[in-house]
Amino acid sequence: MSKKFRALCICIFVLLALTLSVHAQDTSTLALVQERGHIICISHSGYPGFGFLDEEGNFSGFDTDFCRATAAAIFGDADAHEILPASSADRFTFLATGEGDVIYRTTTWTLSRDTDNNAQYAVIYFYDGQGLMVPTSLGISTIEELDGATICTDPGTTSELNIADAFAARGLEYTPLPIEDDEEAWNTYLEGRCDVRTTDRSYLASYASTAFPNPEEHMVLDITISKEPLAHVVRNGDDQWLDIIQWVTFALINAEEYGITSENVDDFLDSEDPVVRRMLGTEDDFGGKLGLPSDWVYQMIKQVGNYGEMFDRNLGAGSPLNLPRGPNALWTDGGLIYAPPFR
Amino acid sequence: MRLLRPNLTLRRRMALPVAPVTDPQTNVLPPAREGNTALRWIKENLFSSLFDSVLTIISLLFLFFALRLALDWVFNLAQWDVITENINILMKGAYPSDQVWRIWLGLYLLGAIVGINLRAWNRELNRTTIAIAAIPLILALLPFASENARINLIIIQVTSAAAYLLTSILGDKRRRQLAAVMSILYIPVFILLLEGFTDEDGIMPLVKSDLWGGLLLSVLLATVGIIFSLPLGIVLALGRRSRQPAISALCITYIEVVRGVPLISILFMGNIMLQLFMPQSLPPIDRVVRVMMAITLFTAAYMAEIVRGGLQAIPKGQYDAAYALGFSGLKSMRVIILPQALRIVIPVIVSQFIGLLLDTTLVALVGLFDLLGIGQAILSNPNWLGRSQEVYVFIGLIYWILATSMAFASQRLEKNLGVGRNYDESQ
Repeated sequence: MSKKFRALCICIFVLLALTLSVHAQDTSTLALVQERGHIICISHSGYPGFGFLDEEGNFSGFDTDFCRATAAAIFGDADAHEILPASSADRFTFLATGEGDVIYRTTTWTLSRDTDNNAQYAVIYFYDGQGLMVPTSLGISTIEELDGATICTDPGTTSELNIADAFAARGLEYTPLPIEDDEEAWNTYLEGRCDVRTTDRSYLASYASTAFPNPEEHMVLDITISKEPLAHVVRNGDDQWLDIIQWVTFALINAEEYGITSENVDDFLDSEDPVVRRMLGTEDDFGGKLGLPSDWVYQMIKQVGNYGEMFDRNLGAGSPLNLPRGPNALWTDGGLIYAPPFR
Repeated sequence: MRLLRPNLTLRRRMALPVAPVTDPQTNVLPPAREGNTALRWIKENLFSSLFDSVLTIISLLFLFFALRLALDWVFNLAQWDVITENINILMKGAYPSDQVWRIWLGLYLLGAIVGINLRAWNRELNRTTIAIAAIPLILALLPFASENARINLIIIQVTSAAAYLLTSILGDKRRRQLAAVMSILYIPVFILLLEGFTDEDGIMPLVKSDLWGGLLLSVLLATVGIIFSLPLGIVLALGRRSRQPAISALCITYIEVVRGVPLISILFMGNIMLQLFMPQSLPPIDRVVRVMMAITLFTAAYMAEIVRGGLQAIPKGQYDAAYALGFSGLKSMRVIILPQALRIVIPVIVSQFIGLLLDTTLVALVGLFDLLGIGQAILSNPNWLGRSQEVYVFIGLIYWILATSMAFASQRLEKNLGVGRNYDESQ
C-alpha cells in the first residue's frame, strides 16, 4: 500500500466519521438553549402582522412576540432571543440542522408535513382558512364561475396545493401563476394579470383594507376552500422542549382567559385564586416541572403580554391590519382558542 | 443603410467637439465663425437639415410625454415618507441603533483614507478629485438625510480634508507608502469595528453579522467579493495554464463546475446544504461568512477566465525576453506578464465587479437583509403595505449610482494607465 493511497484512505475515513456524527444528536434543546444564552426562533423575513422589520430595525409581529415570550419564560428576559429569517422552503431545514430551536412562522399543520419533515407540531396558535379574492367588476360569487381563470398563488405553500385540490374536486380548470414575492403577487393581481388572488382569508382582507387604492372594488368570495391551522413546530424526539413550547402558548391563552395582562399582572401576585397562584408561580412550582424558573408565566405576561394583547397589538384593533378576532377569539367568546388548564 | 447614415453623422457630431478642421487638400483653415455659440450649437447639431429637424422634434415630443408622466409620479403621486421613515434600516439593516457610531467611525476612517490617497496619487487637484472628495458633502445636502446623518457626513468631510492637508507634510514616497498601508488595513479594521469583540457589555459588544443589513451589507459583500475573487481568479488562471496535469485538471474542473451552475444554487448550497454535512458538534458557520464565501468562489471562476484571456494576449516575445533576462518563472509573471495582462482586461474585470455588486441582491432569497431584502421587509410592515413602487425605485437608484461610479472609476483608471491609448490616437 503506497503512502499516497494510505493518506487518501485516512481522509475518506475522517470525512465519513464527520458525516455520520450529524446523526448523533442527543443533548436536550433546553440545555443547548440555556448554554447558548438565547433562543433562536425560525421566523419570517417579512410577513405583514406576523414578522417584519420595523422602522428601527427590530423584528416585530405576532410570531416574533411568541419568540419573545419564550425567551422571557426561559431566561426572564424577552430580549434573549434571535430571529432567524427563513423562506417557506428553508424553515424545516434550519430546524433539522439545529440552526434554529423552534419554528414560529405561520406554518400550516398538515398530516404529510407532520410525518415528512422530522418535525413535531406543538400547538395551533392561529386559525385561518384560505379564501379567494376577485375584482367586484367580474360579478362572480361562486367558485364554479371561476372555471378557466388565472390564479396568483404563493409557491411552496399549502395554499398552492389547496387551490389545485379545490378546482380538481369540482372538475374545474385554471391557470396557476406562482409568484414567490408576496408584494409582487399583489401587484400582479392589481394589474389584472391574474383574475384571482388566493391566500389566507385574514391576510386577503387586511392587506386589501390597508394597501389597496380602492378596496371596495375587490371582494373575498364567501367560500373557504381549506382549513389553515397555523402551528408552532419543534424537532422530533425532544419531549421536554415540546412541552415547553406548548405550555408557553397555553399559558398565554390561560392568562387572557383569567384577565391577566401586562398592565395588571402585579396585582394578581397576591391573588387568592389557586389557579392564578399556580400560574404565576406563587403556589406550586409548575415552572420546575417544565425545567423553567417558577416565575416563567409572570415574566412572559409582564414583558410581552397575554394572547389577546399580542393579537391586538400585531393583527387586531391596535394595528393597521385591524383584523377581527373571529375564530381566534377565546372559547368563552365563541372562538376556537382553548388551552388545557393549569392543574 | 441609407436611412441609417444621417443618424450616424448626427451622433458623431454630437459626440465630438466642433473644432476648426484643416482642409487636407488645400491646407487652409476654414474661416473663423462668429455668433452666439449656444444657438450655433443647437443649429448645427439639432437642426442642420430637414431630416435632423424632424428627428429632433419627434424626440423632444417623445421626451416630453415620457418625462411628464415620470415627473408627475416622482413629485405628486409617490409618497416618499416610506423612504425617509425607513432610511435607517435601508442603510444599516437591523444593526443596533446604539452601536451605529461604530459604522460612522468606520466611515470617518474611510474619509481620511480617501483624503490620504487623493493627496498621494494625484499631483494637483483637478475636477474629478474634488468631485470624489466632496461626496460626503453632497450626501449631506440630500433632502432625506437626517440631522444626525448630516452632522456625521460633515465630520467625514472635515476628516477627509484634514487627512489631505496633513499628508502634505510628508514627502512623495512616504505619502504613497502611508496610502497603501492604510488602504490594505482598512477592510479588516472596518469589519472588526462592525463585529466588535466580546459578548460582554464593553464599549464595543459583539454585533452578530446576521444583524448587518441594508446598503452596509450589500457594499460589504461586494467589497469582500471583489478583494478576494481577483487574487483567487489569478491563481486559478495560472493553475489552468500550468504544465502539471494534476494542477491544471483541478483548476479546469473547478472553473467549469462553478461556471456550470447559477449563483443562486451555490448560495442555497452554502446556506442550507452545507450545514447538513457539517458535524453538529461544531458551531454553525456564520451565515454572512457563508454567503461571502459563495460569492467569492463563484466570481473567482469567472475572474480566472478573464485573467486567462489577458494572459493569452501577451505575445510570446515577452515571455522569451523575461527568460533571456534570467527572470525566474514567478518573477517574470509578477513583474512582466501579469501587469500587462491585467491592464488589458480592466474593462472586463470591472464589468464583472459590477455584475457581482448587482448579484449580491440574490442573498435576499436566502434570508439575509441586503438592500433589496430590507426593501422587501419594509413592504411587509403593515404601516407601509403597498408602497412597492417608491421602495423599488429608490433601491434601483442606489444600485445605479453605485454601478455607474464603478464604471467611471474604471474609465479613470484606464486613462491613468494608458489603456487603449493606441486605439484613441489612431482615430
